[in-house]
Amino acid sequence: MNFILIAVAVLGGIGLIAAIVLYVCSKKFAVYEDPRIAQVTELLPGANCGGCGFAGCGGLADALVKGADAGSLDGLKCPVGGQEVMGKVADLLGMAIANGEPMVAVVRCNGTCDLRPKIAEYSGLRSCAAMNACGAGETACGFGCLGCGDCVAACQFDAIHMNPETGLPEVDEEKCTSCGACVKACPRHIIELRKKGVKGRRVFVSCVNKDKGPVAMKACKAACIGCGKCEKECKFGAITIEGNVSYIDFNKCRLCRKCVEACPTKAIHAVNFPAPKPKPVDSAPNTPSTPNDSSNPKVEKEEQA
Amino acid sequence: MNVRTFRIGGIHPEENKLTHEVETKVAALPKQAIFPLSQHIGAPAKPVVAKGDKVKVGTMIAEAGGFVSAPIFSSVSGTVFKIDTAIDATGYRKPVIIINVEGDEWEESIDRSDKLETVEAHPELTPEEIVNRIKDAGVVGMGGACFPTFIKLTPPPTAKAECVIINAVECEPYITADYRLMMEHADEILIGLELLMKGAKVTTGYIGIETNKPKAIELLAQKCAEKFNGSAYQVEVVPLKQRYPQGGEKQLVDAVIRRQVPAPPAIPVNVGAIVQNVGTAFAVYEAVMKHKPLFERYTTVTGKRLANPGNFLVRMGTPMKDLIEACGGMPEGDNKLLAGGPMMGKALTSVEVPICKGTNSVTIISGDEAVRKEPQPCIRCAKCVSVCPMGLEPYLLAKLAAVQNWERSEHEDVVSCIECGSCQFTCPAHRPLLDNIRMGKSTVMGIIRSRAAKK
Repeated sequence: MNFILIAVAVLGGIGLIAAIVLYVCSKKFAVYEDPRIAQVTELLPGANCGGCGFAGCGGLADALVKGADAGSLDGLKCPVGGQEVMGKVADLLGMAIANGEPMVAVVRCNGTCDLRPKIAEYSGLRSCAAMNACGAGETACGFGCLGCGDCVAACQFDAIHMNPETGLPEVDEEKCTSCGACVKACPRHIIELRKKGVKGRRVFVSCVNKDKGPVAMKACKAACIGCGKCEKECKFGAITIEGNVSYIDFNKCRLCRKCVEACPTKAIHAVNFPAPKPKPVDSAPNTPSTPNDSSNPKVEKEEQA
Repeated sequence: MNVRTFRIGGIHPEENKLTHEVETKVAALPKQAIFPLSQHIGAPAKPVVAKGDKVKVGTMIAEAGGFVSAPIFSSVSGTVFKIDTAIDATGYRKPVIIINVEGDEWEESIDRSDKLETVEAHPELTPEEIVNRIKDAGVVGMGGACFPTFIKLTPPPTAKAECVIINAVECEPYITADYRLMMEHADEILIGLELLMKGAKVTTGYIGIETNKPKAIELLAQKCAEKFNGSAYQVEVVPLKQRYPQGGEKQLVDAVIRRQVPAPPAIPVNVGAIVQNVGTAFAVYEAVMKHKPLFERYTTVTGKRLANPGNFLVRMGTPMKDLIEACGGMPEGDNKLLAGGPMMGKALTSVEVPICKGTNSVTIISGDEAVRKEPQPCIRCAKCVSVCPMGLEPYLLAKLAAVQNWERSEHEDVVSCIECGSCQFTCPAHRPLLDNIRMGKSTVMGIIRSRAAKK
């Protein structure tokens, strides 16, 4: 019987000593973590997409708590959770946040298969980054979409897909969280985060081709040729032409759509506007429109001839 | 014969040297010559001419745009038509100078005689003078990489040059421009080598030639014996076993002097070697002795389906289209057009691309031969590892790039990759290894650069 008692005593003793050591260590080397960090992390979407600029949701939570202690949450935002999540976080931290405009990813290339003919065939790795490194790609446009879908692969939210008919990516506005992953993934910097706009109404130049007009035209019929007609038409100074390509500042644009009518190559797109009512001929001489995206009535692109 | 080669990896692709014994022809002058401002590694050149200016053959049209850069000279006489953009060998539209050709009037300073000028006859040529003339003539590496030659001759203070190695390997399939140059201008090449050795202040020289060019080995060995016996210089012609990528600097250094160049940023001169292409040696001779800036080069125009493939002495700025026409025109059907050979060459989408300082070949591969096979899963055979001349693990680097693990890619030394394509060539599963590795390499190099910029 004795050896059982000895064993129990020895093991009990070791257990007791270990418990004391652990207790002392846990008190002496305790690292204080603000419990709010865990709470904020809980509120964030948990996709760890990195759209906020931090390594993951934990990183943003840490920065938010530090920001709250420093007295400002400026520049910290979860693009995925948007206003709703940021409101909850601000309530938790006892802070107020400015109302940020919701943004959405916009693909600025309209070089569909029929408008931008293929001049070569690429048989290497199906990746935009690899194709971009090889040269201008399968078409003559050295700026346009390469069509391998690096943006699709980068999207954590299943919000961007290639349209097999046009060969271009399309953004699902409902799902897009404006995290910016596709913007970073695109080697040609075609995708831009733009203001979503009231009811999703936006006007933008769907081309980034910096070649001179004739060259751009030769490569793609829908290219911006930098003619400057839109710039002249715009009363709000929202349009600038730089490097043979037009750009609409979404902070200045008032959605009047004069530029859309003026563009000779239909490179300027206005989306989510209601289909125009048939107007009397005298007030607007050239208004007949052709909605060219009948498959998705919600995202109706409207182009006016 | 005891023939050497480099010690790690390597492959032996089908040679297809269709134009080995085709004598070099002088290519016709183009109607319009196009001069890209980036024909070399480093900063693009800055134009010094304007629209409407008259230029002669050999007139400088763009000056060096920085330290690592080179001036560009007109290869034709005529009028500057415009300074615009055009597709160059990168596949993108880049700034170019376009000149309309009128006649063929040369700058008077250029010595157009065939008289062989020897170094002994020109005591005024100090090492500094040689380097300056090379710099002013816009000479860059003619093997394809186009690194300004004068920089190679003035190594950083941490390194000491011990020998000059002439790269006459031409291990790339199809290309024969260097071989023809050796057969037709051996004397000039040797004087070029002597100038390079004098410029770099060394007395040892090697000429590395693969054994598939026995005539060139014999010719140069004989000329070397005649020229350098009893002189202050020791020059040896080193026959090398056929193995790709022996023409890579690091591989050639290993093959010839049995020294391994460490990983980047180390360069061959860190182990004492300055490697120069035979074309460069010839350009150096012409630049220093004949005051002829770099504006023409030897180029092979080749392809199995081309009617009359050939070697040309071509003025830079000539569109590839003209040379292809001179060889019987573009073959019927789909073709793959390459600036360079099939292994390292750059696929192009336009025949308007001009011949530049680094265009050693225009290769046309027929469509069915060029199309890649469907990639299959990796079978872990490690053939890519055994052929990698840099001792890397291509399957791993490709995977790391595909999953965008840049940290590990850097740790696995992706920047050492010389993009020779041996891994992809040998892969039995036809995996796009190099495509992935190249992406990884450029991303990691970007990360390293931005890190260095922050410091």
